[in-house]
Amino acid sequence: MSQRKQDMEKGAEINRRGFLARAAAATLTLAPGVTLSLYGSEASAQVTSANRWGLLIDVNKCRSDCNSCVSACSAENGWKDTGNPETDPQWIRKVDLKDLATGREVSLPVMCQHCETPPCVDVCPTGASFKRADGIVLVDKHICIGCRYCMMACPYKARSFVHEEVPEEDKNVNAPRGKGTVESCTLCVHRVDRGDMPACAIACGETGNGAILFGDLMDPDSEISIQLATYQSSALRDDLRLNPGVRYQNI
Amino acid sequence: MERIAYSELRSTPQLWGLLVLLGAFIGAAGAAVLYIEHYGHIVTGMNNQVVWGIPHVFAIFLIVAASGALNVSSIGSVFGKQAYKPTARLSGLLAMALLMGGLVVLVLDLGRPDRLIISMTTYNFKSIFAWNMLLYTGFLAIVAAYLYAQMARGVPSFALKSVGLGAFLWRLALTTGTGSIFGWLVARPGYDAAIMAPMFIAMSFSFGLAMFMLVMIGTCTMTRRVYSVELRTRQARLLGLFVAVVLFFAGIQHLSNLYVAEHAAYERFILLEGGIYTALFWGGQVFLGGLVPLALLFHPKLDRKKSLVIIAALLVLFGGLVQLYIILIGGQVFPMEIFPGYAASSSFYDGTIASYRPTILEFMLGFGGIAVTLAITTLGMKFLRILPVNLSDANVDPSGLE
Ligand code: SF4
Ligand code: SF4
Repeated sequence: MSQRKQDMEKGAEINRRGFLARAAAATLTLAPGVTLSLYGSEASAQVTSANRWGLLIDVNKCRSDCNSCVSACSAENGWKDTGNPETDPQWIRKVDLKDLATGREVSLPVMCQHCETPPCVDVCPTGASFKRADGIVLVDKHICIGCRYCMMACPYKARSFVHEEVPEEDKNVNAPRGKGTVESCTLCVHRVDRGDMPACAIACGETGNGAILFGDLMDPDSEISIQLATYQSSALRDDLRLNPGVRYQNI
Repeated sequence: MERIAYSELRSTPQLWGLLVLLGAFIGAAGAAVLYIEHYGHIVTGMNNQVVWGIPHVFAIFLIVAASGALNVSSIGSVFGKQAYKPTARLSGLLAMALLMGGLVVLVLDLGRPDRLIISMTTYNFKSIFAWNMLLYTGFLAIVAAYLYAQMARGVPSFALKSVGLGAFLWRLALTTGTGSIFGWLVARPGYDAAIMAPMFIAMSFSFGLAMFMLVMIGTCTMTRRVYSVELRTRQARLLGLFVAVVLFFAGIQHLSNLYVAEHAAYERFILLEGGIYTALFWGGQVFLGGLVPLALLFHPKLDRKKSLVIIAALLVLFGGLVQLYIILIGGQVFPMEIFPGYAASSSFYDGTIASYRPTILEFMLGFGGIAVTLAITTLGMKFLRILPVNLSDANVDPSGLE
């Protein structure tokens, strides 16, 4: 194993442990008596604007031939490639970029950017698209009427429409899915609510690349906040001023 | 001028034949909806890149035409042109029917049409879509009131005038609302032009009047009623004017976009390199839907040839559908610029022109919407006193035509 890879694994590990410790601390301070195991249920989950969950993606660490974050998301949330690329859902995708001026090539994952002022939420006629207090943008599958206006409005093509019946064996408690409704990255809300990290961030750490850093943007001491405060980073389509929770370094 | 007498359409074999034909189209649309609902949208040509397809082209077309169809009525009541008054009732009825036809298509294309009740009970008041639903129901209500005021006896003329004015203002709001559905899509290069709002209003004038004239000509021919040649020709020239205005706005839209750096690539796509979209633009929207009807509608022999008017109006409708297709589908297939300065590629069609191959099911649904419109209009005329018995030249006040 190369030195670089070891360093990165260590980084991912620190990142993960640090996050867990803070999540636990947050539980203790916010709601004494509420334990981590209760975190998963919606009612008892301490979803407040004291947190804002986000991702920082270091494009230099992401490899073009690696698809681990995508496979991990697919396995975690039950969406699949069925061989119809035009209609299959993709909650997260790898995009290869080539700088038109210099020829430099990079690769990076794109998922729902969990915008602070999400256009998808603004346009949704029923309110099925919503943003939680902690910044996670979700679709309530019971209210979504499948009008797809949110897909028209999202600047990142982050959303997919479920074009077919979801096969019984793919039904997944982590993320209810249904034909005729719209879905997108949930930032693994079911994991976050129990104090865990999103599947993509873990998978990326396990490959040794460690390109995806998950954390609380509201906590000035979190690794993600420190990184953002120290190094240059950017949001996709910064000109739209949506202030997404997902940020990129070294594009 | 004599008092205008109105009467219901008589039951004739032609009338019932027409209704049966329309019923067949509506039935086919219903079957298409059930099929799509059962298998999911996978059986349509729509996909994750082109999320709004042919059904939306038809729905928006009908909704835009609805507000335009009301114009004939407004010209009569709000602007006091006597000659337009006898057909004001039909104009109101047709406006409602067009709106209903459009809404039916919009609603039946939802991923979950069964949840319609949800869309009526949980509202997000920030959503322009939700506001449009209010605008649409309000439009139906105010036009119905207007129609009633026209048909009931003893409604004072100031009351009639104010309902008419209300309906006119409401229809402007409605078209603006429909146009703003696109205005909200800031990230898409084809949609955010400021010219969209006035262009949609011009489009509504044009499509609405074309639809109105076709219904007038069709019904009068079928029921052997007279449609004043004088009036028909005037309306046809007015339609020609609207067609010219729409062309003018479309020209401004594309020219001004050419000067906005971020939109230049999109314009090149539509105007030059877009394959089917470029062909549809020049051949469908500009030539067949614009220049040809213009030539026909300003033809010196227009008053002697009913067929010229019919062909021109049909072409205007065709051109309108094509124009909406280019706006709607062209705007979606062209890739969004998420990474300016980079060539992007992915398994999700980043950086590539997406494809859309509509299926017959989508057309069945769209034509079903038109059939619903025509069926409502026909039934309305059948059971209500909508159409004047005689609209001959002598019966139309020529002073009101000026
Ligand atoms: S990235 Fe798209 S789906 Fe996600 S919050 Fe922003 S607008 Fe909504
Ligand atoms: S598809 Fe669903 S989530 Fe999206 S705008 Fe429509 S109702 Fe809202």
